[in-house]
Amino acid sequence: MLWNLPFITVVVLTFIGLVTVLMKRNLIKILLGINILESAVNLFLVSLGYRAGGVAPIFTLAPSDLMVLPTPQALTLTSIVIGVATSALVLSFAMVLHKKYGTVDINEIRRLQG
Amino acid sequence: MTFADFIVINAPALLVAIPLFAAFICPAVGRISTTARNVWVMGAMLLTAAVAFILAFTVFTSGTVIYVFGASAANLAVPLDSGGIPIRIIFTIDPMSAFMDIICAIAGVSVLMYSLSSESKNTSLEGYYALFLLMITGVFGMVSTGDIFNFFVFLEILSLASAGIIAYRIDGGLAVEAALKYFILSTLGAILILFAIGIYYGQYNALNIAMIAQRMQFTLLDRIALVFLVAALAMKCGAVPMHFWTPDAYSMAPASVTAFLVVASQAALYGLFRVVFTLYNVTLNCLVVGWIIIILGILSMVVGVTMAIPQKDIKRLMAYHAVSQTGYMLLGVGVGLAVLGNAALTSAFGFTAMEGGIFHIFNHAMYKGLLFLTAGAIIYRIGTRDLNKMGGLGHNMKYTMIFFIIGALAIAGIPPLNGFASKLMIYESVYLFNPILAIIAMVVSILTLASFVKVFHSVFMGPKLPEYAEVKEAPLPMLIGMGILAAIVILFGLFPQPVVDMLVAPAAHALADQGGYIASVLGGA
Repeated sequence: MLWNLPFITVVVLTFIGLVTVLMKRNLIKILLGINILESAVNLFLVSLGYRAGGVAPIFTLAPSDLMVLPTPQALTLTSIVIGVATSALVLSFAMVLHKKYGTVDINEIRRLQG
Repeated sequence: MTFADFIVINAPALLVAIPLFAAFICPAVGRISTTARNVWVMGAMLLTAAVAFILAFTVFTSGTVIYVFGASAANLAVPLDSGGIPIRIIFTIDPMSAFMDIICAIAGVSVLMYSLSSESKNTSLEGYYALFLLMITGVFGMVSTGDIFNFFVFLEILSLASAGIIAYRIDGGLAVEAALKYFILSTLGAILILFAIGIYYGQYNALNIAMIAQRMQFTLLDRIALVFLVAALAMKCGAVPMHFWTPDAYSMAPASVTAFLVVASQAALYGLFRVVFTLYNVTLNCLVVGWIIIILGILSMVVGVTMAIPQKDIKRLMAYHAVSQTGYMLLGVGVGLAVLGNAALTSAFGFTAMEGGIFHIFNHAMYKGLLFLTAGAIIYRIGTRDLNKMGGLGHNMKYTMIFFIIGALAIAGIPPLNGFASKLMIYESVYLFNPILAIIAMVVSILTLASFVKVFHSVFMGPKLPEYAEVKEAPLPMLIGMGILAAIVILFGLFPQPVVDMLVAPAAHALADQGGYIASVLGGA
């Protein structure tokens, strides 16, 4: 049970993130929902990389045959960087839209139709 | 080692490295002068295209090329001390990838040529070209990589660059709205893909596509991962019912970019095919998954074309047709997938259906790119995109009109243009699978023709309108860009058989042959 705690957290975070993205109308809050979803994925990747009794893959510390593969950490780091770029782009879109439309409510950002 | 050898061996890396490097240097070069920037951008694109052709030639003459980053030899996928696991990032370019590389190279060169004059009136073009080159990087990376996490990274590069470039001309906020819609959907899709990658890694300790494919067990978790990947990639390629971003993004992006966004969508389509054919292949229930893809295709065809007919905005209309045409590719390849496990049916019509679908990817990129570029030329000259305000432009824009006719007849599948060549293959083979599907496909083609006849009539026919009496023909670089695509549309329509034999059939066979893909990376069969 305790072993599964990180994965249960992933499911809960995913659910919170999805509800936020689907139910909120404020663009900033939608972005926060996306960020929560990203955190869920990052937690998922990091938890996959955990091995009980494993040694961190630092060459000077670990015996050379017992290290944990550092791949999930590398993936998570990449994913965090991509997440930052995503947030920056969506926030800049929100700024421009607020300037042009005077609102960040997605129900009012609907001039493209048909 | 001579310079030529160096290029040939490192072609897969250069394919991504050249546009990436050029993109980030572009703003600095732009400080010198406009001409220097144009030369820099065009030079980088031509160089990338040349590398892509060299690479494709190598692949089609001597088989799949693999490139291992950071290894002592470029083709050393599995180092001796790694215990049989490919630990490095590997690019795997099989004939299907090479086929997509060719599409991207041709579309990139002609679209960039066109941009040089269509965007010349606008300011701050350094960022525009930088984003464009990043899109090129993203597409080449997606279609060349043999590593699923790498695929995700290039997909995100492509999404970020595309969203930025769609929003580039803010256009009173409308372009930003379109980009926002596209980008939020893309991000959600990317998160799903990352979840799927985590599932594979947790089960198989591998990120290399060949390695995962070899170890594939098709457990419950793999089914979930399959659903995530298919949903995300079908959304990225604009299949109904996840097509909402397509008309907005395609119509609000600058015309030249739209022509390339079509290629970007097809890179996602390539990803979808790669997942179902190379990652899973016969381990999944081919009939069910095949039918899911067929139904996505049929829905895209029908909904796309019916939504296109009432549109008044010329680019929005063409965007709905792009959705509709994507349906043909899904239909053709879906039929190929549905009969994949059955050798008799596969050789009877499965391969023809797949070849038709894959050939249609190429043809679609060419004629749809051409149509978007003609629409861009019209908008560039008269400044409106509303069909009701256009008319009589055939008097002044003769070459644009001829290019439009070529594109419109090709999309409707009229012989002897390339759209007919691939659609005929799809009709024939799908008819043997299920006659109703083939009939739907033909009806959609007729509706497409009807819709384009309407556009042609309202844009080019009729008397000269007084407000457009002074309209001139599109500038020469734009005509050259359109001319390249139009020439390919005609050439491939007149001589489809050599193209099918040389490019399309190897691509279809490479896609269906999972064992060959695995063997090319991991060695042994």
